[in-house]
Amino acid sequence: MADNNPFPGENNTGHIWDDNLRELSNPPPRWWMIAFWASIIWFIVYGVLYPMWPIGQEPTQGIMGWSQMDEYKAGVDEVEAVRAEFETQIKGMTAKEILAAPGLSQYTVASAKVLFGDNCAPCHGGGGQGGPGYPVLADDDWLFGGTIENIQQTISMGRKGIMTAHGKILSDTEIDGMADAILAGDPMSDANFTQKGCIACHGMDGKGMAVLGSANLTDGIYRFGPTEGESQLESIKNTIKYGVNDVTDPMTREAVMPAFGGRLSEDDIKKLAVYVHKFGGGQ
Amino acid sequence: MSGNENAASKQSVMDDLYAESAHLHINTGEETIHAKRMGGYWRNIKWLSAAAWIIFFIGPYFQWGERQAVLFDIPNRQFHILGVTILPQDFWMLSLALLFLALLLAVATALAGRVYCGFFCFQTVWTDVFTWLEEKLEGKPAKRRKLEKAPLSLNKVSTKATKHLIWLLISVLTGISFVAWFYDVFDLWRDLFTLQASTVAYGTIALFTAGTYVLAGYMREQACFWLCPYARIQGVMIDKTTVVPSYDFHRGEPRGRIKKGQPEEERTTGDCVDCKQCIAVCPTGVDIRHGQQEGCIMCALCIDACDEVMVKIGRPKGLIRYESYDSLEANKKPQPLYKRPRVWVYSAIMSLALVGIAYGLTSLAPLELKVIHERQPLFVLQSDGSIQNKYILKVLNKMTKDIAVTISAKGPEGLVMVDKDLVTTARHGKVTPRTVFIRVPKPLLAAETTPIVFTVRGEYDNEMLEGIRESVFIGPDR
Repeated sequence: MADNNPFPGENNTGHIWDDNLRELSNPPPRWWMIAFWASIIWFIVYGVLYPMWPIGQEPTQGIMGWSQMDEYKAGVDEVEAVRAEFETQIKGMTAKEILAAPGLSQYTVASAKVLFGDNCAPCHGGGGQGGPGYPVLADDDWLFGGTIENIQQTISMGRKGIMTAHGKILSDTEIDGMADAILAGDPMSDANFTQKGCIACHGMDGKGMAVLGSANLTDGIYRFGPTEGESQLESIKNTIKYGVNDVTDPMTREAVMPAFGGRLSEDDIKKLAVYVHKFGGGQ
Repeated sequence: MSGNENAASKQSVMDDLYAESAHLHINTGEETIHAKRMGGYWRNIKWLSAAAWIIFFIGPYFQWGERQAVLFDIPNRQFHILGVTILPQDFWMLSLALLFLALLLAVATALAGRVYCGFFCFQTVWTDVFTWLEEKLEGKPAKRRKLEKAPLSLNKVSTKATKHLIWLLISVLTGISFVAWFYDVFDLWRDLFTLQASTVAYGTIALFTAGTYVLAGYMREQACFWLCPYARIQGVMIDKTTVVPSYDFHRGEPRGRIKKGQPEEERTTGDCVDCKQCIAVCPTGVDIRHGQQEGCIMCALCIDACDEVMVKIGRPKGLIRYESYDSLEANKKPQPLYKRPRVWVYSAIMSLALVGIAYGLTSLAPLELKVIHERQPLFVLQSDGSIQNKYILKVLNKMTKDIAVTISAKGPEGLVMVDKDLVTTARHGKVTPRTVFIRVPKPLLAAETTPIVFTVRGEYDNEMLEGIRESVFIGPDR
């Protein structure tokens, strides 16, 4: 075909079909070809310098000795170096001292977020807002006291309050009357409050005692909020009737704060105490 | 009609197509364009517009007070533009500035074609300067072509080497000037020579040097043809009312050389004498007489060339001139500017962007306050019966010294701010966070959400600075 090209001088490749349908040779621009070859060379050089070929169990390592894992570890070390300064200070300080030092407490609030999220948030919520059956940490109503030392002790030793189930002691009418008075925020208005001995734990003023972990019944903040389909009044009645952590009553409310002393380090507990205190209710 | 005739007519159509495609010459870089340089009106305009780029080289050396007048300080995340310091928080103005520039490009293109390409684009300007140097060193186009074909000689090598050296010098200077906008310029020069500048600085200069040298020295019009997206985008922004450099084919065709001794009245040809000067001066090597085409950057140099020839042969100027397709082809009167919807729409958007920037620049507060309302929980009931909300206040201090600030809040009746007298140090050039608790007695809350206004105040150089931000106070559902 080539010797007898009917269309000379138009750079066709010599492939001609149907008399005049022919393939022209229009190569890409030279600069394009240069870039093309340059990228191939780049690829080869890259493959020599960096890990690339998946051969066997391990890919080729590259002569630079670079690895993503090393880079990651270097990054972590960098962060640790920044933290180290604060962490050593925290080691030698009590939770109260950390709380009093503005820089350190700020560092703690920023860094203990993960600790809180891992250990506390499942029950108490990410912002200490509490959950069904679990107490709010962001308010200033504390069962066992809200000073930094109290909080630290709560975390490390755990807590378990006890209230006897009063269903056997009180009649339903008595329970109803008591619940109404508590909901109104004035338990003392019901004579039974004193007569039936509630004051023994909840105090003469009904404000609870931190030593016992008994609840303040006057402030409208309830340890056991209403569950689905229940009113706050019914919830109060249930608490009186079945008690809290009363082993003799199968319907009793369960309320246990586990001890974290064995699971978390002393420093972590200090940090968590500061973190919780900073939610806004710490005393 | 017989089948044979049909086939024959098809054949002739095909032949025409092939003939046309054979003529179609696309330069993909194998041919260096050596454009002739001629003076003229548009040539002068081009030098003037190119001179705008001098600012690029000398701009970084201007000082404002104790610092560089314009400095894009990336490590410290601060942009200094004359007396104004812009922090990342004010970057929305940058998007308005970009919108304005994009629309400026659009409106210029809609009205007068690729004005940017032809007169302002760095590719055009640097190529122009590089080829101007080439002409100074190697001579006119014919001489340059001859030199290209000439065998290797000492003369050739020394001429070429001088040229490349100067090109590289300009390229390096381009790179350094670019980096100088981001790096204190005097520090930069010192660090460059003491080898103490950052790798990023060296890398950027190297990239710009290579880019300038290759793009302006070798790629030239190829960059406009195949690399630049704006060339194509601007191509589709042109319509029939756009005034662009055009060849008046009614006047020019049929082309023909001047016949010696022929009286002007007997001439049967058009005004175009086919001298090909328009092609010779074209920096992208296109023939304007083929009409609008992608290769034309609308630099108007062919207008100068044609006018000069027309004057010489005593015909009226303007065979190639700025003209719209409508007025050339349809003999329509050019539409006045105010009748074109594009002008209105583009101008409206541009004014909006300008108003936004003006507003932003005039309302740049030295002390800025952001308020983040805690979401988990939205509010907390306290044992004294009040509702407590938690806010994280972020105080941005744009001044150069720390400011001691106090925070106050105004909102629902009975509002109490915990630690309201606490003084916070707002660090300069940074955001300082502070947690604020607000309590309102529950019975005083009239609605689920109530507006609340935070104010941050601090004294700076005997002047009271203030930042205000609105938020909401959230209480229980009623």
